[in-house]
Amino acid sequence: MNSEQQRTGVDQESAAGSIVVCPDGPLIVRGEFEIVTPSGDAVPRERQTVALCRCGASAIKPYCDGTHKMIKFRTEPPAG
Amino acid sequence: MKIPETRGSISSALFAALAKDPETAGAELDGLYQLAAGHLAGTGDIIGDEDIQLSLFCLYELHYSGLDGVSDGWEWEPDLIRVRRLIEEPFEAALRAAARQAAGNFELPAGVAMTSDAVADVLFGLAATETGPSVSRYVAKKASVDQLKEFLIHKSVYQLKEADPHTWAIPRLTGRAKAALVEIQADEYGGGRPERMHSALFARTMRGLGLDDSYGAYLDAVPAVSLASVNLMSLCGLNRRLRGAIAGHLAIYEMTSSQPNRFYGNGFRRHGFAADITHYFDEHVEADAVHEQIAGRDLAGGLVEAEPSLLADVLFGATAVMAIDSRLSAHLMSSWEAGETSLRAAAPAAA
Repeated sequence: MNSEQQRTGVDQESAAGSIVVCPDGPLIVRGEFEIVTPSGDAVPRERQTVALCRCGASAIKPYCDGTHKMIKFRTEPPAG
Repeated sequence: MKIPETRGSISSALFAALAKDPETAGAELDGLYQLAAGHLAGTGDIIGDEDIQLSLFCLYELHYSGLDGVSDGWEWEPDLIRVRRLIEEPFEAALRAAARQAAGNFELPAGVAMTSDAVADVLFGLAATETGPSVSRYVAKKASVDQLKEFLIHKSVYQLKEADPHTWAIPRLTGRAKAALVEIQADEYGGGRPERMHSALFARTMRGLGLDDSYGAYLDAVPAVSLASVNLMSLCGLNRRLRGAIAGHLAIYEMTSSQPNRFYGNGFRRHGFAADITHYFDEHVEADAVHEQIAGRDLAGGLVEAEPSLLADVLFGATAVMAIDSRLSAHLMSSWEAGETSLRAAAPAAA
């Protein structure tokens, strides 16, 4: 590890992938990964970076289709 | 692109000049400039001005695929750029006025530097306020096959070169915003597979409805406002000072795309068109749900974090596309609900 990696404890350069947790939205997954069914079959995937549904309302699960906006999906508890 | 039919004295003078070599067209260019200056002083609605929008569209086209039979030397001819800038100035002013109206009483949180998450929040909030007439619902439920063809014809002016205007911005950005734009554009351009380029998918849909998929084939059929929606993108893409606006434009474009594309696909399925023809729309449902996150947070948000002074232009680009789109939607809906074509009368028949 170089000094930067020692400081953060994360080897960013060689991380195989990353998951961006989008507020009120999907999980954006980048990098090297496979999406498979429970029995291990590949889920059809058309692009390098994908958005995975986490509101449960997408019509194209496991992918996001933007429906979270229509149902006002919130990832944070209401303030107060 | 084939040179279109003229729509008035300015486009006539423009095509007459372009027919010559740049070196020998001095008199024509002077005449064109005077003509355009006089016309612009008298036009009340530049966004809806057929002659001006067509001329501007063709001036920009010199930077894209060029015009058939026109010397490539025209692209950077100073006296022609002078004409373009003469038109661009009042066009941008009209877009800013329309954008302010589209923004309504939306107010920015004052005096705080905005994080990328906050910028994305604002843009998603703006996209959610879009209240114009819903072309996508009409396409899903009611549009006839001829109206589907009209819909494709309006879109073809941009979709056959989809993503190109935003690509101009790549070298004008750095760091996170640049990486975000490249990631989106790589997807738009098919991830290395030419047959999967969005423009190629759109061409396949056009062919599926028996339409000519050559670029610009239906230019004569589309009204000024359809051309203005593309001219807006070229204006913001080709002027480095407007890099904030092209980022905001792309963000709203992506944020208002997934659900409408689902409806569009449903409209084509309703008439029995198969998956290869609806693929263009189905692809956008999935792709734009990815792109809207990246465009809002990393492209527009990352740009504002790097250059806070660009926030106003990000919002200009965002609200300008909302304003022009809602005007185009209003035109489509009023035409179709009156049982009329939304295309220009002189157009080649859509059917």
